[in-house]
Amino acid sequence: MELTQFEDVFEGKLAKNEMVEPKDWMPDNYRKHLIRQISQHAHSEIVGMLPEGNWITRAPSLRAKVVLLAKVQDEGGHGLYLYTAAETLGISRDELLDNLHTGKAKYSSIFNYPTLTWADIGAVGWLVDGAAIMNQVMLQRTSYGPYARAMVRICKEESFHQRQGFEIMTHLSFGTADQKAMAQDALNRWWYPTMMMFGPPDAESPNSENAMKWRIKRETNDQLRQKFVNQTVPQVEYLGLTVPDANLKWNEAKKGYDYSEPNWAEFKQVISGNGPCNKERLAARNKAHDDGAWVREAAQAFAKKRKEVYEAA
Amino acid sequence: MSDNQGPVWEIFLQKKAGQPFVHCGSLHAFDKEMALQNARDLYTRRGEGVSIWAVPSNAIVASSPEDIGPFFEPSNDKVYRHPTFYQIPDAIGHM
Repeated sequence: MELTQFEDVFEGKLAKNEMVEPKDWMPDNYRKHLIRQISQHAHSEIVGMLPEGNWITRAPSLRAKVVLLAKVQDEGGHGLYLYTAAETLGISRDELLDNLHTGKAKYSSIFNYPTLTWADIGAVGWLVDGAAIMNQVMLQRTSYGPYARAMVRICKEESFHQRQGFEIMTHLSFGTADQKAMAQDALNRWWYPTMMMFGPPDAESPNSENAMKWRIKRETNDQLRQKFVNQTVPQVEYLGLTVPDANLKWNEAKKGYDYSEPNWAEFKQVISGNGPCNKERLAARNKAHDDGAWVREAAQAFAKKRKEVYEAA
Repeated sequence: MSDNQGPVWEIFLQKKAGQPFVHCGSLHAFDKEMALQNARDLYTRRGEGVSIWAVPSNAIVASSPEDIGPFFEPSNDKVYRHPTFYQIPDAIGHM
């Protein structure tokens, strides 16, 4: 087939809402875009284990501790689903990890903020996972098969994450005055960083146009952000807390809330490495990887030896 | 860059006894035991399966997407392989 014929088959698939599979022909830029997006997503899951892992040893009850352990384990699993999806595009696991460890690849800016109190664990589950789910529900229908299938699995598991976060917020919000203040403080600190998770406004988002054209994304950053605000405000009201945005107001005409944009200058600073915890997160990832080197080496040596014994016999 | 993640394995899960094994994803492991244990930890954290197959990725033979026409073509014109091709008298009812 001529190149243009391959392109026609590819475009035809997108037009018919069919999935693109690893062995199908795809334009180089589509492949590159996917590798960047899926690996960023995978790295976010893995780095996302760190702010929550921070509270495992200090969870206020055994129940809270097992729940948090299960959640952090899930995030690790989600990272692995996504890494294998990215690998189907022709990049190796070592290369993917190396890109994370050297700072060449990015991960979600949200995980560069610290989890200062137990209420932050509630806010992360409720808001951060809530925002992630909004994005991931859309990605279940993304055009690349392995990515879409990983998302289906992830979405099934994520809903427990958001619910456990909201449960923590409920306990604190209906607890003592100090507990409620702690919940409000967490909401104040996590609201805008969560809003940034959907990415820059559509007009300034460099990757959005291709992502929509190739059906990698089906909703724009601003559409998802609006959806998140609409969904979350009633939950804030239920808790008796206040969204830290004086401009937040129901707009009957658009059947949604008007809201203030997050500080995009701060967003740029955080993704360029200058957030409150960037250095700490990267150092923790590198240390974990380096400390685990002997395990990989031992497993490799063991497998090699067994193979030799097997082949000799 | 050294490859120290081990080979890729494809994982198939059987949801319940008697049901077919369905592909659920892949993972890295150095040997069979590790492949099974990793598959259990990665793909059955919520009772998703009662049995696991782990198959080295490079052992799988797959048809090519370009084959879609010629490779499967022989079955396209054989409508008589389907039960709806045959007329059964109404009096007989369900068959």
